[in-house]
Amino acid sequence: MSDFLPTLWFILIAVLWIGYLFLEGFDLGVGMHMVVSARDERERRLMLNTIGPVWDGNEVWLITAGGALFAAYPFWYASLFSALYIPLVAVLLGLIFRAVAIEYRGKGHTERWTMFWTWAIGLGSFVSAFGVGAALALTSTGLPLDKNGDMTGGPFAWLNGWAVLGGLAVVGFALLHAANFLALKTEGPVRERAGRFAWPWGVVCLLPVAVWAIAVVVRGGSALAWVLLVLAVVAVVWWAIAARAGREGLAFATLGAFLVLGAAAIFASMYPVVLPSTTNHAWDLTVQNASSAPYTLGVMSVVAAFGVPIVLAYQAWTYWVFRKRLSSDHIPANAPFSPAVAPAAPQPFAK
Amino acid sequence: MHTAALDPLLIARWQFGITTVYHFWMVPLTLGLGPVVAYFQVRWYRSGDERFYRATKFWGKLYLINFIMGVATGIVQEFQFGLAWSQYSRFVGDIFGAPLAMEALLAFFLESTFLGLWIFGWGRLGPKAHTVVLCMAIGGSVLSAYFIIVANSWMQHPVGVKLVDGHPVMYDVWAVLGNNTAVWAFTHTVFGSLMVGGMFLLGISWYQLWQRRKDGIDTVGADGRAVPGENAEIPGRDVRDHALWLHSLRVGAWVAIVAFALVFVTGDQQGKLMFQQQPMKMAAAEAACDTTTDFSVLSYGAWNAESCHTVRDVIEVPGVLSFLANSNFTTPVKGINELIPEYEKKYGTTASDGSKINYVPLMPVTYWGFRVMITLGGIAAFAALVALWLTRKGTVPRSRPLMLLAVVGILAPFAANTAGWVFTEMGRQPFVVAPNPTGVDGVYLFTQAAVSPNVTAGELLFSLISLGCVYLGLMVVEVALLIKYTRGGVASAIPELGKKPDDTDASGGRSPDDVLAFAY
Ligand code: HDD
Ligand code: HEM
Ligand code: HEM
Repeated sequence: MSDFLPTLWFILIAVLWIGYLFLEGFDLGVGMHMVVSARDERERRLMLNTIGPVWDGNEVWLITAGGALFAAYPFWYASLFSALYIPLVAVLLGLIFRAVAIEYRGKGHTERWTMFWTWAIGLGSFVSAFGVGAALALTSTGLPLDKNGDMTGGPFAWLNGWAVLGGLAVVGFALLHAANFLALKTEGPVRERAGRFAWPWGVVCLLPVAVWAIAVVVRGGSALAWVLLVLAVVAVVWWAIAARAGREGLAFATLGAFLVLGAAAIFASMYPVVLPSTTNHAWDLTVQNASSAPYTLGVMSVVAAFGVPIVLAYQAWTYWVFRKRLSSDHIPANAPFSPAVAPAAPQPFAK
Repeated sequence: MHTAALDPLLIARWQFGITTVYHFWMVPLTLGLGPVVAYFQVRWYRSGDERFYRATKFWGKLYLINFIMGVATGIVQEFQFGLAWSQYSRFVGDIFGAPLAMEALLAFFLESTFLGLWIFGWGRLGPKAHTVVLCMAIGGSVLSAYFIIVANSWMQHPVGVKLVDGHPVMYDVWAVLGNNTAVWAFTHTVFGSLMVGGMFLLGISWYQLWQRRKDGIDTVGADGRAVPGENAEIPGRDVRDHALWLHSLRVGAWVAIVAFALVFVTGDQQGKLMFQQQPMKMAAAEAACDTTTDFSVLSYGAWNAESCHTVRDVIEVPGVLSFLANSNFTTPVKGINELIPEYEKKYGTTASDGSKINYVPLMPVTYWGFRVMITLGGIAAFAALVALWLTRKGTVPRSRPLMLLAVVGILAPFAANTAGWVFTEMGRQPFVVAPNPTGVDGVYLFTQAAVSPNVTAGELLFSLISLGCVYLGLMVVEVALLIKYTRGGVASAIPELGKKPDDTDASGGRSPDDVLAFAY
């Protein structure tokens, strides 16, 4: 029974990360598609505006995941973040550029300005997706931690195949997820091309996630993890069928289910370890030794029980308000900047 | 100890200081301007007066340009505790993480989601829903300020915890949320932010009115009263805009004045708490070496504990310090010479690495931080009074220096806020979690023991330099955009100007071609 609250919070933190990957997954993917697959400025703006009203709310899932990690698992938060110092700073830089770019891109009126911020969105999305993926992969496979939970071996001791695999996994998933999203949310050529992205690119995109999930579960998954993995495979097969058939809604839903199930399988195979030490398994951070005291967890449970449903309700409402498909025709012309102060020939003061 | 130049602790502190101060340049504008935008939109919704619609659009545009920078730099804050301060995070995690997580779940979601609805909701949502959505977003901002200040106040004055195995463990969340330090710091910070919003309105409106006079649009009649005019050639410079700017200016001035009065009241309460909770900070704020009752207005000297006797008070106001601390003019306030032995007795003389602990914060910083905060706030409030008087006849004087002063004056409350935080945070040194004199023994942490043990100076330098450069560049971009859209006036915020607002906006019209009234 004493493990109940820590376990609950392990699940909640998994939910927050999965929620983040699901929601910001398509935001980040759309950001990358703006560079990779948009053909012209109209298409780039069309893509950007599919996520316009929602991306910031989606990003708060990451902030909440971080905050909840700190509150419920301070030792996990401290060890993971200080170990992954360099990649996380890169993620932060990516997120900073992306956020500012989304807001500022339309506020300049030269081609260079637009180009610069387009790349800021694209690269910022790529770097953050890659970094978050690397961090999550390392969480599942472990870091060389000492007894205090601090990483040994220098600033790059985290860098290994798992990190790269996890990075590619989230980037790949985001690209495909965003293609599904664009197919759902747009009209015209962007929709058609997004629909075609699944074959053959989609399969390539999903390869790293699949390898990661299978490897982690095979390395030490519980029965539950195996069940989730099998369900994830079912979901992905279903997605493939739906994508071939051009069923956009179904493809989006099944790929989403694949993410949820696959990530849940990874988290389930970690439990009860939250951050393994590759140096000595006696130093693993676990649900027992890394969590806050029961009182804090209890308080946070009440807050979450109250807050999460409300958040889900109003975020769902936002998607409802902006449910219409967009096409290039819907994007108002990029308003020319009309300065109120006439730059030339300043008039003298009236007498 | 560590070698001076590449001491990770020092770099980590500089990094935290720089990134947080930077974040707190965006934050007070968000907190101060948000309610003003909401005020204009509510007035517009109630009256249908197009002037208020224009004001909402214009100030809303500037609000958003700034808001996004607050978001971008805030994420860094959330991660920093784990990145560079892992020992701190381990020590305080049981309490400190909770308000942070509450902030994200209860405030940031509200703020971000509803702001997205507001930005893209023009024409999609009905006018009432659209107004409510904005108020929700602003409410989220204020709520977020409360939670984060609860976290910060716990570092200033730890409450609601007991010590278990050398770690503070929370047993009373209401004590943490209701911390008296937090109540006063929150109100003080919000009113300080409203001063920023007020002076921002004042300075920019002044510039707009000045420009209209310069361009010969508005003139002054024989009785000295303004005669609003119109320039048909340039969009957005019609006669109504004169009233918009004048109203904004006066609202701004009043907000600044009232907020200053409230900042004074709340700051006074903070001073009294500080005297009980962090006596050393109080003494350092006064550069008071010896026990005294007098408030120093000007001192100079070699500002450190060893040569404290060289600090000379040039001007002193008798009794005022006692009043600040105790509400009477006679009870003396302890000086640092008396406090140091008390601290050494309670919290030891040598740090874990064998060095001697210096309990005196950097006195020039605390002394001047305190005074700069108060003085700049006072100057701003006074300037706002003068502005009200100067504009009583409906426009601003033609003087260019006066206009520049009004614009530069925008910076004063920003600087006061920065000074206040630098004072609060550096006055807490050498503690990162200051001991609570009436709390549980052992709940305190030296800054030196808080830094991540495994993070190297190289990593810290990498982040300090990269974040520093990015922040610098983005500051230039933000200010340039603010200037551009300020100069653009109403026309740049409402490109479709000329159309009546209720044709296209907030009419709830749902024709299929009308999917987006606004797009990035
Ligand atoms: C008194 C107010 C105040 C203070 C002291 C701080 N902040 Fe802040 N923060 C805000 C008030 C605020 C805000 C007004 O709510 C912001 C500014 C602009 C914005 O978008 O929201 C914000 C944004 C913001 C965001 C982005 C939220 C989003 O995406 O919507 C994060 C993650 C943080 N902050 C975190 C922090 C942390 C960890 C701080 C402590 C070191 C901190 N802030 C100091
Ligand atoms: C937003 C306004 C704030 C500003 C401008 C600010 C400023 C500073 C400065 C200048 C320092 C460096 C002090 C030194 O090294 O001597 C510092 C340190 C620190 N502050 Fe703040 N602070 C702010 C808010 C907060 C809040 C809200 C928190 C907690 C939630 C916080 C937590 C810390 C921590 C953990 C340190 C690092 C340890 C240290 O060096 O003291 N600060 N802050
Ligand atoms: C007018 C008289 C004022 C008094 C007596 C006053 C008093 C104080 C005191 C005692 C503190 C330190 C609290 C602590 O460390 O425990 C403080 C902090 C602060 N002050 Fe002021 N202040 C005044 C004006 C202002 C103005 C005009 C502004 C900004 C426009 C401002 C902004 C701040 C901020 C941002 C902090 C740091 C956060 C906090 O602890 O609340 N103050 N003030």
